[in-house]
Amino acid sequence: MAKSPLPAMLGIVTRPWFWAFAASALAFIATLYLSDGRGGGELLAAALTFASFSAIVGIGQMFVITLGPGNVDLSIPATMTLAGTLALKFMGGETGLIVPGLLLALAVGLGAGIFNYLLIRLLRIPPIIATLSASFLYQSLAIWWNRGLRIKPPEVLADFTTGALIGIPNLTVIGILIAVVSWVVLERSLFGRWISAFGQNTRAARLSGVPVEAVRAITYVSSAVLAAFTGYLLASFSGGAALNMGTEYLLISIAVVVIGGSSIAGGNSNVPGIWGGALLMFLVVSMLNSYGFGAGVRLIMTGTIIIAIVAAASGKGRSA
Amino acid sequence: MELATGAGALKPDAPLVALSDARVHFGAVRALDGVSLTISPGECVGLIGHNGAGKSTAVNVINGGLTPTGGSVSYVMEDGSQGTGAVAARAAGIRSVFQELSLCPNLTVLENLRIPHRDLTGFGWRKTAAQRISKALGELFPGHRIEPGMAVGDLTLAERQMVEIAAGFAEGATPARLVILDEPTSSLDASIARQLLAHVRRFCSSGGAVIFISHMLGEVFEVATRIDVMKDGKIIDSRPASGFTQQSLIDAMGHVASEKTDVRAAVEAGDRIGEEVLSTPEGLSARRGEIVGLAGLAGHGQAEALARFFMSRSGALSKVRTPDVAFVAGDRGRDGVMPLWSILRNLTLTHLPSLVRNGLIDRDAEARLGADWKARIGIRTDNMNNPILSLSGGNQQKALFARALASTAPIVVMDDPMRGVDVGTKQEAYELVRREAESGRTFLWYSTETEEVCQCDRVFVFRNGLISAELTGAAINEENILAASFEMQGAAE
Repeated sequence: MAKSPLPAMLGIVTRPWFWAFAASALAFIATLYLSDGRGGGELLAAALTFASFSAIVGIGQMFVITLGPGNVDLSIPATMTLAGTLALKFMGGETGLIVPGLLLALAVGLGAGIFNYLLIRLLRIPPIIATLSASFLYQSLAIWWNRGLRIKPPEVLADFTTGALIGIPNLTVIGILIAVVSWVVLERSLFGRWISAFGQNTRAARLSGVPVEAVRAITYVSSAVLAAFTGYLLASFSGGAALNMGTEYLLISIAVVVIGGSSIAGGNSNVPGIWGGALLMFLVVSMLNSYGFGAGVRLIMTGTIIIAIVAAASGKGRSA
Repeated sequence: MELATGAGALKPDAPLVALSDARVHFGAVRALDGVSLTISPGECVGLIGHNGAGKSTAVNVINGGLTPTGGSVSYVMEDGSQGTGAVAARAAGIRSVFQELSLCPNLTVLENLRIPHRDLTGFGWRKTAAQRISKALGELFPGHRIEPGMAVGDLTLAERQMVEIAAGFAEGATPARLVILDEPTSSLDASIARQLLAHVRRFCSSGGAVIFISHMLGEVFEVATRIDVMKDGKIIDSRPASGFTQQSLIDAMGHVASEKTDVRAAVEAGDRIGEEVLSTPEGLSARRGEIVGLAGLAGHGQAEALARFFMSRSGALSKVRTPDVAFVAGDRGRDGVMPLWSILRNLTLTHLPSLVRNGLIDRDAEARLGADWKARIGIRTDNMNNPILSLSGGNQQKALFARALASTAPIVVMDDPMRGVDVGTKQEAYELVRREAESGRTFLWYSTETEEVCQCDRVFVFRNGLISAELTGAAINEENILAASFEMQGAAE
């Protein structure tokens, strides 16, 4: 056990995110097979667009999950909704308010992240409960503010979110930029080391001089800010905010982290896998759709596929 | 007087347990190095020795929990037949009561009895269990207020210990014939402890046997018929209790302070040590360049004192580049090692904030730091990017040493850092600590090994969470440390 040829093996063994991309490619081919190869471009563009939302919230969730057992941000959907509704109402369709609206959305995320952290720190509530209960507050705030209004986003913003840059959807460009920055933060920065240390052994990290409370605070705040940013984009993309716009992102944000090969036990995460997982989540659903499965079968198949991917990814000696 | 358990009619000279040249080696560590002993009905054996002398290992061999790597252990059943192994140990009526409370707090008292008493099955076992534990508690600790249906989590520490002890003596499918008590009185107050000692005497006089491990020498003298002294995995002295005095016992346990200690010249210490750099509310203090030892028996508050001090002087975001204190963990798994990481990443963790250039970690500088410390401290690996868990315990410990020493912290806190480290490495580490102290670093060094404590300039001896003595210079020797560690009056106040 002590002297296994580990370095040699690491070169050959596929990366943890390999399976998510492989399965995405399979789902893509299976969908195209049904349409005899037509509509591949459209499918890819749709996948890249919708996966951007999942990827951005997934990256926030990934940082939180890296902190180790019990750390998960369940307030992501409510934060998305609150930021989306507030920003759209504030902008009221005015082009000039696009940037202030974005700043407002980010401020909502900042506030939600700080509130989540304070619940965890000051009241010593387990993160899973703290973020869940906080999400009820955020959701109620959104309802109270929104009153069922459906305000259209400024046209320029709507055009931007649905537009593309040399064939690549603008949202995908943003999503990939965020992923690249997060990848650098995770792999090359001090903060990335610190959250990995936190997730492996919080006590040892503390005793090694890691400012663990600061690390935790920054992590929860960044997750909430990314969620708020996604809420802003999603509301603009879909022509207005809705109170249930975040709902599906609760499970998706966690699923993409797991499918992407990050360790649920914490301490060991990777960014590329988030994109792989996000693409897969969209492509599986559209594949099942185009094969004409009903909603029930679709959910069952989605669940089964996720389990299969996670099992395949963890089957290479990474005990999870 | 009626006992909870009858030892049955036994030939008085037939031993219950016989160890013959029993050896237990964990890798290079000889936890038990050839122990031979017999325990006969009616005997109460006091087993004493310093931390790490091998008492716990001996106990675990006797109760069948640990199979010796050499030698033999045999048990004599009630019917006179012989056996070996854990099943035979249980059948022979060998019971253990551990100091580390081993009850499940979420279960009730009687449910906890079900764990060692495997015959408690089927319909109505709760009633039987309640009867057994109530009877034992009543006999051992008259006047106790423990109900069998109470959840263990609701009991006080002393009450939990009482339950453990009572479970050890309670009647079961096989009656208790040898009860091993490992530090049974550490959380009991004096009156309860007296009840226990009285019961031990009753139990032995009616043919039972007891192994009594305690650091309260007074108690040992009160109950033991024979005292075995352990050191370095061997029994180095064994006499009837009347053959020892408290002083001769302490002398027997300790060994002559190593000559190496004297090499450290007093003059040199005087030159090196500067102004006071720390003092804590409980009375710890240290000066610049000083090596301060924390001694005493394990678990008497040294590690907690160190942790409190460390926590109070670290953790702020503004301090990460210039830490006040660095920590060397002894309990590697709990306090030190990052199991998913390479040796290099483990080593550089504390100093890493100083290796950041333009917001990113300077990986070349990190590799250089790793290579430097690999050479300085002799980590045996061909590649610092190998996982930390590929190293032996001693080499993992070196990496943790380097993690603290590579930082710029002027104070280094060491929590029994030499666990699982071989002798050669220890000597290197002592040398390293001395060199670092000469260059102005202050060390707070908790150790369970007296030899290490004798390397220090000043020693605080802990007992029951408080500092019981402060020793300096020539006063730092094994006798003084032991005397301050043990409750000399014991139960005989």
